[in-house]
Amino acid sequence: MKEGLNIIVCVKQVPDPEGPPSAFEVDSESKKVIPKGIPPVMSPFDENALEAALRIKDEAACKVTVLSMGKRLAKPVLRKSLAVGADELILLEDNSFEGLDPYWTAITLSSAIKRIGTYDLVLTGRQASDWNAAQVGPGISEILKIPSVTLARKVELREDGVIVERVLPNGYEVIKAPIPSLVTVSNELGDLRYAGIKEIKAVQNKPITTLCASDLKVDLSQTDQIKLLKLYPPVWDRKCNFIEGQDAQEIGVALALKLRVDKVV
Amino acid sequence: MDEYRGVLVFCEVEENIAPITLELLQVGRKLADDLGVELLTVVLGSDIKRIADELVYFGPDKVYVIDDPLLKSYNGDACTTVLERLCEALNPDIILFGQTSVGRDLAPRLSFRLKTRLTTDCIDLSIDQDTKLLLQTKPVYGGNALAVYVCEVKPQIVTVRSKTMSPIAYDENRKGEVIEFDTEIDELIIRTTVIEKVKEEATGIKLEDADIIVSGGRGIGGPDGFEQIEELSKLLGGAVGASRPPCDLGWAPSTHQVGLTGKIVTPNLYIAVGISGASQHLAGMSESKRIVAINKDSKANIFKVAHYGVVGDYKDILPAFIKKLGELK
Ligand SMILES: Cc1cc2nc3c(=O)[nH]c(=O)nc-3n(C[C@H](O)[C@H](O)[C@H](O)COP(=O)(O)OP(=O)(O)OC[C@H]3O[C@@H](n4cnc5c(N)ncnc54)[C@H](O)[C@@H]3O)c2cc1C
Ligand SMILES: Nc1ncnc2c1ncn2[C@@H]1O[C@H](COP(=O)(O)O)[C@@H](O)[C@H]1O
Repeated sequence: MKEGLNIIVCVKQVPDPEGPPSAFEVDSESKKVIPKGIPPVMSPFDENALEAALRIKDEAACKVTVLSMGKRLAKPVLRKSLAVGADELILLEDNSFEGLDPYWTAITLSSAIKRIGTYDLVLTGRQASDWNAAQVGPGISEILKIPSVTLARKVELREDGVIVERVLPNGYEVIKAPIPSLVTVSNELGDLRYAGIKEIKAVQNKPITTLCASDLKVDLSQTDQIKLLKLYPPVWDRKCNFIEGQDAQEIGVALALKLRVDKVV
Repeated sequence: MDEYRGVLVFCEVEENIAPITLELLQVGRKLADDLGVELLTVVLGSDIKRIADELVYFGPDKVYVIDDPLLKSYNGDACTTVLERLCEALNPDIILFGQTSVGRDLAPRLSFRLKTRLTTDCIDLSIDQDTKLLLQTKPVYGGNALAVYVCEVKPQIVTVRSKTMSPIAYDENRKGEVIEFDTEIDELIIRTTVIEKVKEEATGIKLEDADIIVSGGRGIGGPDGFEQIEELSKLLGGAVGASRPPCDLGWAPSTHQVGLTGKIVTPNLYIAVGISGASQHLAGMSESKRIVAINKDSKANIFKVAHYGVVGDYKDILPAFIKKLGELK
């Protein structure tokens, strides 16, 4: 394994997607989803991407930089990346970063990556859990003109390139890509390691770099080529027919009979 | 504006024309008719004359073929570049991809190359009669909300969730033109290589094709419980599915995952056992013809989409259910 490599991980802050459906209030007027009683978290696949970087760092000395963009970011949420082992945290914060579409998000993140300058591997999640766009990763690779591999379940950095296991519907494929490359990571890679109280305390005062739109020289004055016309909650018009009975035995039998009468089995 | 014309469908091949392609051609035909333009399709590969000829019977006016040994198996670099060239030549107004392994990789890259925008995972598409633009409906926040987008840059590119559109039927009387699109692929543009492909699919009926699916969730509690799920699915001649936690925990292979980031299924019967019904799971199974949910929590979200519900511990319910089904056989 090669030493001294630079890995950049893009992490988006989102409302906890594991919250119950009632926690996602859809405001059709403002066309926004308003999280109710759920905390901000790192988007789950981005945690997997960070874990991929840390596993590489476990094997060989390298520097892991975490990059997150938003209008206002919750520092404790993103500081967690330092507590689990990332070396540097760069926040891109600006009012103009609110609600950017994937195209402009990729442009903004790419200019931050160019500003960092040296990178051997860029990692993103396969998709963010809020708008589920699934395109910022490949977008960055196109802008930086580096190869990309999507849907990784394993990422290994070798002397002469990156070896990626890419999830397929019926298994996986092993892909070799040169350095630098961009890889998008899927949950099959495994969960992000835990940070203990000690680690969290240790990074409490670690400096964080913050950059704004003008630092990045991105022009975000015309970003509405794709418009959100409508946002509404899903409606289920089904009525569930609950199977009743004295005990589990009776209910089990009743269910079998019901499906039989309906000719589904 | 008028220089962009036609609806282009990206054809996927897995030995034969993939099911998603027929779904795209059906919705593509409707969009093309609504706009009064041609339906075009493109197929990439090596030695694919047979596929190209067959595509004609599924409704496109023109089939573009890019046949090159370098396209024998999917490569993102090569495919993005040849599609970019084809789009520059044809200027399609709309491009449709499937939300598949290939579509997920290729559509984002092509959209960035063409400096346009993309909406992934659409479940409904229609033409706005006033603007003639494509109205693109997609679930967001894991299915907790639905968004309708419109894109003012051309081409308008979308990927379509599988099984949300009905497939177009084969018709031998259809006529279409097969056109070879000649383009040189410089080997040097291909930067990534596939070293090996590993199949992990369980034996038996494929999840996507199964008529009956029995799925287990975190509520199953462990690998032992999955043996009961297996037994039930065998008895019914179906396939085993799962929500994400059992796959992540290793109780079930990850190829069994149903949902937003797993497989999309629409069997005649879907039995969900110990699954709470998170929106991301519903995304993969809510269109099943009949849904049975077994869950010990009467307030579980899964009951919102279920036709039949059983409130109780699956460990108590399943034995009687399985026994009675056996007797009814
Ligand atoms: C971006 C993103 C993508 C995702 N993609 C997917 C996806 O593709 N597919 C997917 O499934 N999930 C997906 N998830 C995860 C999803 O949000 C949920 O976490 C997951 O679906 C929950 O699985 P579950 O219902 O099995 O577990 P839980 O939510 O933990 O539910 C377990 C259920 O079992 C019941 N139960 C417990 N014991 C018993 C018993 N003995 N008998 C009967 N019932 C019992 C409980 O009442 C509970 O309702 C995704 C998440 C994100 C953020
Ligand atoms: N605002 C953001 N800040 C940092 N990374 C982001 C941001 N938006 C998207 N990404 C990265 O791009 C991936 C795909 O996002 P998306 O295309 O929006 O689904 C995410 O999993 C992140 O890794």
